[in-house]
Amino acid sequence: MEALLHAARYTGYVYPNETIILWGILIVIYPYITGIVAGSFTVATFYHVFGVPRFKPVARFALLTSLAFMIFVPVPLLLHLGHPERALNVMLTPHLTSAFAAFGFFAAFYVILVMLEIWFAYREDIVAMARDRKGLLRQFYRALTLGSDEISATTRAYDAKWLKALAITGIVGAHGLHGYVGFVFGSLKSREWWGSDLMPAIFLVSAIISGISILIVLYVLTSRFRKTPIDGACMKGLAYLLWGFLIFAMVLEFLEFANIVYKGREGIDTVMALIAGPLWFGVWVLQVGGSVMAFFILTYVIWRGTQDKHLVVGVTVSAVLVLLAVLAMRWNVVIGGQELSKTMQGLLVYVPPVWGREGVLIVATIFALPFGMLWGLTRLFPPWVPNQGQLPEK
Amino acid sequence: MKWKISEHQPGRRRFMRLLGRAIVYAGAALVSVGLMGRRGLAAAIPALSTTGYDWTKHRWGFGVDATRCIGCLRCVEACKTENGVARDAHHFRTWVERYVYLKGEKKPRVDSQQDPGNITASGSEKEYRFDNRYQDAKIEKAFFVPKLCNQCEHPPCVQVCPVGATFRTPDGVVLIDHNYCIGCQYCVQACPYGVRLFNHEHGVTDKCTWCYHRITRGLKPACVEVCPTNARIFGDQNDPESPISKFIRENRTRVLKPEMGTSPNVFYVGLDKEVM
Ligand code: SF4
Ligand code: SF4
Repeated sequence: MEALLHAARYTGYVYPNETIILWGILIVIYPYITGIVAGSFTVATFYHVFGVPRFKPVARFALLTSLAFMIFVPVPLLLHLGHPERALNVMLTPHLTSAFAAFGFFAAFYVILVMLEIWFAYREDIVAMARDRKGLLRQFYRALTLGSDEISATTRAYDAKWLKALAITGIVGAHGLHGYVGFVFGSLKSREWWGSDLMPAIFLVSAIISGISILIVLYVLTSRFRKTPIDGACMKGLAYLLWGFLIFAMVLEFLEFANIVYKGREGIDTVMALIAGPLWFGVWVLQVGGSVMAFFILTYVIWRGTQDKHLVVGVTVSAVLVLLAVLAMRWNVVIGGQELSKTMQGLLVYVPPVWGREGVLIVATIFALPFGMLWGLTRLFPPWVPNQGQLPEK
Repeated sequence: MKWKISEHQPGRRRFMRLLGRAIVYAGAALVSVGLMGRRGLAAAIPALSTTGYDWTKHRWGFGVDATRCIGCLRCVEACKTENGVARDAHHFRTWVERYVYLKGEKKPRVDSQQDPGNITASGSEKEYRFDNRYQDAKIEKAFFVPKLCNQCEHPPCVQVCPVGATFRTPDGVVLIDHNYCIGCQYCVQACPYGVRLFNHEHGVTDKCTWCYHRITRGLKPACVEVCPTNARIFGDQNDPESPISKFIRENRTRVLKPEMGTSPNVFYVGLDKEVM
């Protein structure tokens, strides 16, 4: 057992118990996945609530993405617990002053909501497939129709109404879920690096950009794979969306940093040493460098009105940069917060283990699983079929 | 079963209404089960009542006179033995910090028994000793500061526990129910003083309890018992003649990180401004 513990190297003075960094990359990947959930749902609502037609090609795919990732949100948390078998106690006997206690309810509520939303978005397809498919699949879709297999103008309007209502609730749910993840960190006064009022907002906006980005990447990849042309208007729309929220995210992150530096509370030297030392690559190269570069590429693309291939390449590269920047941001918050000692007089260095429950391999696997799930979901619920389960034509 | 969907779509609406109701009922059921569970737990804890101990009659307090501490680390040794804390350099319920101001230096040099130099001096992680690194240095000022759980009046560790496994007793000690802790380590993050540790073997969090199993039987905490200089003071704040009441009355004490709003119950004498 002892051999499995990785004691962190440190400089200066740190409290003895801090030398084992407890929240590792499992806790880094947790807000990353949650962010993608919230972000991709946001894109879906741009179609289902705001009725922006150019997002139609990705709207249903975005819902499936959100669900696929949501299913795996609890996994890193469960793996991290010392007693995963007691996890349900969080819902059975929640301690209401704890930010964590709400997690189970939030997550369960959100999963149910997305599933309902998907059901309405696919109702016509499900009815059609219950009719056309054979064997077991037929039974599956039949069960899924929940006994309502009528399609008419009335039912369409009805579906659309529900889609919209659920999407409105969902946008609150998804954003609540992620803003709350920011609160888990931001509400702790024990750590200077975490205890910030801006933290929930920063988590939220960075979640949105990571969701948009993953949709861009997946949309481009799947289009190539399906040998279908990429919808230029949709791509442009995603680029605008990413650009706007990216600016918002960068401004918020800058404000938070400026706040810490300007207030210059006790231990500010150590904070500066943290971003010049253990965190410099994550903060300056990945988070700041990545965001700024993505911003410039997107600005160029939008300003020049780039079309076709160049548009796709430019936007995809920006999306990949943003995905890396957001992952780095999660690392910088979760790991960085613990690398800065509570003494404010010392720094620790966290090196993720490769093997073991909290190791790189497990975390990479956890992150790969939602993609597999998404692939399965797109088989069962083809998101690309046009003109079904969509907003009624006006 | 098939519904003919009329203008009012009664079927689908009814389904939705039913679903909504089911969710509300399920939620209510969960919460009430939860509350019952909580009550059951609370009833189970004063198994102590068999010893005739009444936890509403005491208010424990702890004092540290840093001017008396000689850094012998017997308290650390006693604590590890008494409470079965892992014998390595990363798990401590209590520890001692050494602050040394060298001539010409503005900031103190700080270390504690877990420092590699001190481990070399003691010969193993299982034994505790401060080395002689400052033997030939010109020292302006130096002192030791013992640290332990402050059993805060407003403990952030209790606030953040998602299942209520850690709680504050009426006699003022913050405890952890190891049969209920899920091992999320949120409380470890929330404690501003770094006094919580994670027991990897049992998958639960641990921390100083002021030796609750001893004090409820009329004994002193192990660290207080072994301290040769009376640098550690313990007693019942409800009793004006107890050592802790006298200590607080006769000294100007302060607590650690008062700006955290935790209202600690460990009172210090002889701290310097650099102590964190
Ligand atoms: S010192 Fe830390 S562990 Fe002890 S009661 Fe206060 S916050 Fe909780
Ligand atoms: S580790 Fe245990 S005591 Fe600490 S917050 Fe989690 S469940 Fe509560």
